[in-house]
Amino acid sequence: MEKNIILAGVGGQGILSIAAVIDWAALDAGLVIRQAEVHGMSQRGGAVQSHLRISDRELFADLIAHGTADLILSVEPLESLRYLPWLAPEGHVVTSTDPFVNVQGYPPVERIIKALRSAVNPLLVPAEQLAREAGSVRASNMVMLGAAAPFTGIEPERLEAGIQALFGAKGAQIVDINIRAFRKGLTLSNANQTTS
Amino acid sequence: MNSSRLLLLGAEAVAQGAIDAGISGVYAYPGTPSTEITEYIQRSALARESGVRSSWSANEKTAYEAALGMAYAGKRSLVCMKHVGLNVAADAFINSAITGVNGGLVLAVADDPSMHSSQNEQDSRVYGRFAMVPVLEPSSQQELYDAMFHAFELSESVKLPVIVRMTTRLSHSRAGVGRRDSVAQNPLHAEYAPERFVLMPHNARVQYRHLLELQPKLETLSESSFLNRAVEGSGPLGVIAFGIGFNYVMEARRMHGIECRVLKVGQYPPPRRQIDELFAACDEVLVVEEGYPVYEELFRGYFGSPKIRGRMDGALPRDGEMTTDLVASALGATPAETTAVPEIVINRPPELCRGCGHRDMFEAINTVMREQAEHHVFSDIGCYTLGALSPFSAIHTCVDMGAAITMAKGAADAGLRPAVCVIGDSTFAHSGMTGLLDAVNDRSPITVIIADNDTTAMTGGQCSSASGSKLERICRGLGVEEAHLRSITPLKQHLDENIAVLREEFAYDGVSVVIARRECIETAARKKRRSAAKGE
Ligand SMILES: Cc1ncc(C[n+]2csc(CCOP(=O)(O)OP(=O)(O)O)c2C)c(N)n1
Repeated sequence: MEKNIILAGVGGQGILSIAAVIDWAALDAGLVIRQAEVHGMSQRGGAVQSHLRISDRELFADLIAHGTADLILSVEPLESLRYLPWLAPEGHVVTSTDPFVNVQGYPPVERIIKALRSAVNPLLVPAEQLAREAGSVRASNMVMLGAAAPFTGIEPERLEAGIQALFGAKGAQIVDINIRAFRKGLTLSNANQTTS
Repeated sequence: MNSSRLLLLGAEAVAQGAIDAGISGVYAYPGTPSTEITEYIQRSALARESGVRSSWSANEKTAYEAALGMAYAGKRSLVCMKHVGLNVAADAFINSAITGVNGGLVLAVADDPSMHSSQNEQDSRVYGRFAMVPVLEPSSQQELYDAMFHAFELSESVKLPVIVRMTTRLSHSRAGVGRRDSVAQNPLHAEYAPERFVLMPHNARVQYRHLLELQPKLETLSESSFLNRAVEGSGPLGVIAFGIGFNYVMEARRMHGIECRVLKVGQYPPPRRQIDELFAACDEVLVVEEGYPVYEELFRGYFGSPKIRGRMDGALPRDGEMTTDLVASALGATPAETTAVPEIVINRPPELCRGCGHRDMFEAINTVMREQAEHHVFSDIGCYTLGALSPFSAIHTCVDMGAAITMAKGAADAGLRPAVCVIGDSTFAHSGMTGLLDAVNDRSPITVIIADNDTTAMTGGQCSSASGSKLERICRGLGVEEAHLRSITPLKQHLDENIAVLREEFAYDGVSVVIARRECIETAARKKRRSAAKGE
């Protein structure tokens, strides 16, 4: 088992919480992890990414090589396109359709989706809407994790345990919202896989 | 859950390793990608219980000297900084190689190839060679952790400071790290050794000769270091892989089924015996370094060697960080077919937060500057450097910490009017005060705007050594006249008065200081969250 995952988003959108849950679950499963993240200047509203590698054998590089990512998980549609050169031929793209517009010349979302579709068969997730249904927009990153869960190589139950472990300190209500959000994403993803 | 392994950033592995290796203190000034070392120690319950001192220093030089003092007193000390911080600490650092140490002194320095958050990509290994001290360059988080024990032992055995060098990728990447039994702190044990520590020429000459005589021993120690090892292989091509260059070589080898011999080097001076062996066994040697081609250049020599490949002959790019792809192509592998980035993808540069006081400050500065014939604004390093980007385009320089004030002074001396500069509170404490004293002594007509957001925001909100009323007291003490020591609140509703204050001070023919004071919204929000959590 070896998975190369690129998490993409904009500084401040919380991709590191997604990484933390996967890390926790991978460690729990006894896997080897390398997870490179971006700190510093770009965290101020710039494009940020995290290279996450999990494996049952020794890993060397902290960075993923071009053409070898099994999954691009993006919490922002434009950002999902930025890392396409890293995607493996059989790789998956799971992206939120909620744009984060903080630059001039941000293209219309339809054009982004079109560009994405012309390269891959993406799983599009209305993350904010599902998160709101789960109880808080702030849980949209857990919706995204749920939607991407089937491609991570880690059982959803273990990821849920990770959510429990990481959000536990914030109280039972926060945990519940995030688990609900995770399940909404997962359900969407499973439904999509059976229909396509 | 496997509790024996911690999931740590490289920087945190350095911190945990240092705590477990028995440090009595860490001294540091923040700087990406080194900041997390000290932050981790500040959060560590173990460090707190064992009384490890860990608050931020005013700058890297004061940090380094304090660490040297702690080592003088017989205890183990850690000092951390980013690569450019070592320029600031260089005087202390280079001379500490001449004095040597008593307790172990380890300098953890984090370089930033590709300049993700820096002004340059200088390679700290050059400083290691310059000072002639051992440098360790581990290639994984676990090695970083283990290397801290080794670094302190080495430092105490050869009585020299030891550098642990890492780069952005390792510092900011997490992996599982297993811990060892911890070492007790050294007892207080200061020795009178003026012949080593009083660097008057007669002592310094003796000490310097001693340092030179130590060099062969350092090389021998590298030959048996756990950080240096050969990986079996075959074929005419061999690789010498330094630091995390090793990771990319091993990854490329596995991906493309390449069987070349590899020599991993993680302790300097490089192990001569192993290097000789590799050169003897191979027709061609690729040198992979995460940083400058420091050793490639050395191996090539002035007259060059047709056998050597690397950054200097184009086999690898001359600048920027290494990647598996770059190494694979240098090893002759065909690159994978990949999907291109669609044209509609635009850049998304960083920006000042919505609601940040720096925004309102720049709006006021820009308004007054538009009235001037010359509108240069000398700036410094911090979040406010983002004022260089649109929509503000408000600043015109950013060179090194403190340079805002002194460059404005020099330009004023040359006749530029107005000579305006912007500097953050943390940067002012770091290197601004001495420059302001120069300006006061010369009565140079400059206006210094201190952007006081009560924190070191750019690096994540560390305590600032001088903010709030302390800034007024410092400026007064340095001789700034009371009438030209002003403060403004950078908020929309104060825009008109702020413009008026700046206009007056820009027109003043002497040193004026305007403190633009409003708390960073990030730290304010964090404080609020923390007190809310406590209230529950
Ligand atoms: C010599 C040196 N040390 C550290 C840094 C890293 N650094 C860049 S900006 C900054 C903080 C600046 O804080 P402040 O001046 O208060 O401005 P703010 O970010 O809060 O606006 C630091 C530590 C550096 N670039 N150079």
